[in-house]
Amino acid sequence: MSVPPIVEPAPDLSVDEVRRYSRHIIIPEVGMDGQKRLKNAKVLVIGAGGLGSPALLYLAAAGVGTLGIVDFDVVDESNLQRQVIHGQSDVGKPKAISAKESIAEINPYVKVNLHEERLDSSNALTIFADYDLILDGTDNFATRYLVNDAAVILGKPYVWGSIFRFEGQVSVFWAEHGPHYRDLYPEPPPPGMVPSCAEGGVLGVLCASIGSVMVNEAIKLITGIGDPLIGRLLIFDALEMSWRELKVNKDPDTAPVTELIDYEAFCGVISDEAAEAVVDSTIDVRTLKDWLDARERGERDFVLVDVRERNEYEIVSIPGSVLIPKGEFLTGEAFEKLPKDKQVVLHCKVGGRSAEALAAAKGAGFGDAVHVAGGVLAWVNQIEPDKPSY
Amino acid sequence: MGVKVRIPTILRTYTGGASEVAADGGTLAEVLDSLEANFPGIRARVLDDAGKLRRFVNVYVGEEDVRFASGLETPTPDGTQVSVIPAVAGG
Repeated sequence: MSVPPIVEPAPDLSVDEVRRYSRHIIIPEVGMDGQKRLKNAKVLVIGAGGLGSPALLYLAAAGVGTLGIVDFDVVDESNLQRQVIHGQSDVGKPKAISAKESIAEINPYVKVNLHEERLDSSNALTIFADYDLILDGTDNFATRYLVNDAAVILGKPYVWGSIFRFEGQVSVFWAEHGPHYRDLYPEPPPPGMVPSCAEGGVLGVLCASIGSVMVNEAIKLITGIGDPLIGRLLIFDALEMSWRELKVNKDPDTAPVTELIDYEAFCGVISDEAAEAVVDSTIDVRTLKDWLDARERGERDFVLVDVRERNEYEIVSIPGSVLIPKGEFLTGEAFEKLPKDKQVVLHCKVGGRSAEALAAAKGAGFGDAVHVAGGVLAWVNQIEPDKPSY
Repeated sequence: MGVKVRIPTILRTYTGGASEVAADGGTLAEVLDSLEANFPGIRARVLDDAGKLRRFVNVYVGEEDVRFASGLETPTPDGTQVSVIPAVAGG
């Protein structure tokens, strides 16, 4: 299957541009015409993170004339293991600005538009309207469904990639020519069921494997060459070093996308049970510090349980905590390890998993259990700033 | 003989890290029963409480998504590859 190029060629290339892009121009399938189309192309990249970093670098180097970047985050040291568009001196800087500076160094002919705001139902259609193609490397389901729906409504191609640990998925969704994201995954998983990269980790170089395929597909759509990855899902396993291809069908049961919805509610940040459990059962890290000090003095007794995974516990932990991963709360194993006569205090990385574990603990009869808002990251930030964050 | 089942990263905690495991059964439902017998807990990650395929997990028999074939009754002839493909959102 081939589709016509989505971008008309720019009127001309300067002598400097011809010199710069000569290795493209001498490829018969690209040629002067293809390079002019790249120059005229406007690509919007959602997220200057793991996938966005290699994608932006290669789109810029390839000569895509206009790049939009949607990102409101700042560069953190834990990003640098994979987000190669940012460097050590960018830590603390907005990712959008850091990415723009890197792009200017790679290719000064690229115009960069910054959208330093959280993408939501109120601004997505307006931001997308100016672009020919959307490339999405965000890290959450809510944004993925939002980006898909906005792309469907505007009739734009959506280059999609997703990564977890050693595994990546990549496809091109374009409702006019094939299936879209909702045809592949009609509903998001319930919150807490699928760990994010922040919880489960990701091999840094996997971003390059998947991000480079995403750019490859963007270039093909812009120039109208080759067979686009429409209606096909590629699955990459970095441990086996295998790529598999599966068919994606248009699902006749998929409801037509006609308007944007509330995606946070659609995907749920935490489950209803967890949201209910935390009411009046949440303490902050300063209170936890007071409680731990009181326990030290023998004035208070409770058990502090860290519900993260062992690898995370080894990076940083709160002194006096014991590790029982969240999964054991969901299976019930955890309750055999907990004393029935002491209050239980739960924490995780930022508070999502501990809220889920809290709901399970209350359901199992630990009525006075509480969880710690902000988790170990808030602890490091406010109580022990010398300890590492991740 | 039987079928080979591809296990995605997020479900490998059930299979001791194995990315591919053997299973038996003439239909997808029987293959999932066989998986559950060897790797307790794994079936509930693919099927919901009502025993239906979860909407955020795709199961392929060969190259076909079973949602567009016969669902849990999709035949799984000897030697077929069954793939479990969950939604992941990392980026």
